[in-house]
Amino acid sequence: MKLKGAQIFFECLKKEGVEVVFGFPGGAVLDIYHEMAEHNIRHILVRHEQGAAHMADGYARASGRVGVCLVTSGPGATNTVTGIATAYMDSVPMVIFTGQVPTPLIGDDAFQEVDIIGITRPCTKHSYLVRDVNDLATVIKEAFFLARTGRPGPVLVDLPKDVIQAQTDFKYPKKVGLPGYRPTMEAHSGQVVKACQLLAKAKAPVIFAGGGIIISESSEELTRLAHLIQAPVTCTLLGLGGFPATRPAASGASEAEPLWLGMPGMHGTYQANMALSHADAILAVGVRFDDRVTGKVSTFAPKAKIIHVDIDPTSISKNVEVEVPIVGDCKNALLQILEYFQKEPIQGMAESRGQWLDRLAGWEKEHPLTYSNSRELIKPQYVIEKLYEIAGREAIITTEVGQHQMWTAQFYKFDRPRTLLTSGGLGTMGYGFPAAIGAQVAFPDKLVIDIAGDGSIQMNVQELCTAVCNKIPVKVVIINNTYLGLPRQWQELFYDKNYTGSCMEGSPDFVKLAEAYGAVGLRAERPEDVETVLRKGLSINEPVFMDFMVSAEENVYPIVPPGKSITDMLLT
Amino acid sequence: MEKHTLAVLVENSPGVLTRVAGLFARRGFNIDSLAVGRTDRDDVSRMTIVVEGDKPLIEQVTKQLHKLIDVIKISNITDDEYVDRELVMLKVTADPGQRVEIMHIAGIFRARVVDLGSKTITFECTGTEGKINAFEESLRPYGIKELVRTGKIAMLRGSKYVALSLAQTREAENG
Repeated sequence: MKLKGAQIFFECLKKEGVEVVFGFPGGAVLDIYHEMAEHNIRHILVRHEQGAAHMADGYARASGRVGVCLVTSGPGATNTVTGIATAYMDSVPMVIFTGQVPTPLIGDDAFQEVDIIGITRPCTKHSYLVRDVNDLATVIKEAFFLARTGRPGPVLVDLPKDVIQAQTDFKYPKKVGLPGYRPTMEAHSGQVVKACQLLAKAKAPVIFAGGGIIISESSEELTRLAHLIQAPVTCTLLGLGGFPATRPAASGASEAEPLWLGMPGMHGTYQANMALSHADAILAVGVRFDDRVTGKVSTFAPKAKIIHVDIDPTSISKNVEVEVPIVGDCKNALLQILEYFQKEPIQGMAESRGQWLDRLAGWEKEHPLTYSNSRELIKPQYVIEKLYEIAGREAIITTEVGQHQMWTAQFYKFDRPRTLLTSGGLGTMGYGFPAAIGAQVAFPDKLVIDIAGDGSIQMNVQELCTAVCNKIPVKVVIINNTYLGLPRQWQELFYDKNYTGSCMEGSPDFVKLAEAYGAVGLRAERPEDVETVLRKGLSINEPVFMDFMVSAEENVYPIVPPGKSITDMLLT
Repeated sequence: MEKHTLAVLVENSPGVLTRVAGLFARRGFNIDSLAVGRTDRDDVSRMTIVVEGDKPLIEQVTKQLHKLIDVIKISNITDDEYVDRELVMLKVTADPGQRVEIMHIAGIFRARVVDLGSKTITFECTGTEGKINAFEESLRPYGIKELVRTGKIAMLRGSKYVALSLAQTREAENG
């Protein structure tokens, strides 16, 4: 029996196990929307296509499954670009379906025509323009395969209107034929041995882990290895949750994990930056040595021999020269390293590690993460600490981008993978709220909280309508300092307090705004209200905006001034 | 800065050239020359890319190219024995009185006349990049009207070759 392209589209999604599509209709994709009712796939109607892309991203990061969005041609497609670039930078598996004008019109500047393949080429893992309905099933199969395998990423499929209207026999291919695509999964055993020998000799080793740990589902292996070789661990922003920040205490409560150093880099902890700078060996796993982590590259980790495990060969020796490159899946490499050390325990480890760990503890004691609390003003860090006390390790936290994001990374204790969803690479304001909606769709019963700033939340606030209409009970904690906090902080520290453009006075009343959308709005203006508002807000089973009026000119510390070495931290 | 010659097998699909060219532009790699055409297989094209850069840069170029889904195989043949050729077509001003002199120069380079105008001669000449450069320089004093070069193509000497592996061939055929 012949099927229309639009029907084949849904048959393919079913074969891929897709349960939800985040989308927004338009002329070029109406044939697909016409078929949608016939198929058992949930559609979340967004209010702006950027929201659809971030929701698919949040869904994917929270669940590990491929996120899917569907938009129309032209502006529908271009509106997804920020979302695609965000996913690309952070290696998120996504398939973006865009409508396109009919093939005979392509290139004629037709109504709502845009070369979305061209526009997104630098920020997709791959992309397809389907010119023939007979290729549709193969393309969709390949798109999902590419999105989720190797180093995951967004794949865009452009669907001309005449292609989804045309008919053909539906046959879903069993295998993909991509001769140029064969990611190296298994780490080279010789390189692994070299790495282990280097680690065995090290007196001051550090494990430096990133988003690759989360993506490859290897936080358990990482944790076992760290304990086995007694190596302290620091995780990048995207790696947070890959190694538990706390451990169960004798009392039954939890306490700080002694091997945990916190996040490194520009707003990293003193001890994490000192550890990297004094380490004699670094096991870097699933990281890409981003400039926000390394600071001045020429002075990064000056004493360390670096082992770098990554599935993407281009990440290795791109920014930082490494001693032992290992291309492969993080999980596979960690398992091999574990196996080595299980057979060959490190001689005299207790003694040499004792000294190193004492030194690290000394650094932490010298300059712990801290802030001065106040009885008069709500301190943003206090809101996040309280939120952690109440919401705990099970909640899924998303963030926007800015000071609140860094305070979240510093003061929320992430113990589990996929509990922090944040735009690390692209740094996209407006990411966290739609991402939280996507995560909540993946986990309807979990507490999902977007920690936002008063600037960021306004970048995709229209999605509150999506949350209300679809009964998606996400919570938003707005750290409202009436500034674009990070630009203001930089202006204070590096631009003579010239606050041009960073003052956000005149923002809407977020409580009324929430109510206008049919959601719940709450506000805290004094420190004693913080806990009450959080407890109340988190207990309501609907979308809630909680507006915390915090001290306006609080800064994120430590901060490594741009271009400086990570040991050059401003601490207060 | 060294020049490196890469032999790159790619899927003969629309957009592959843009992907490769875009990658070079985006990452700030300089292409010295790029020549592309299909191979003995309709579905596979071969690019010969000459890039200038130090070793780490070339390594990064190679790895980034590998990352493109359409790129099947990359061989850096710079340090191997290989033969390379470039074709140039060159139109030079030649008044009837100068023709003999110019033809004599062309003869030295084994260039062939492919067209003759009342005031111009058009040559074709193949050879290594160095020879083509020399040919161009020796005709420059007469006035070059137009010049077009194909960019270098290259092939390994002897029985070594750049081709798809068996597994890749099978995959391409099944796919």
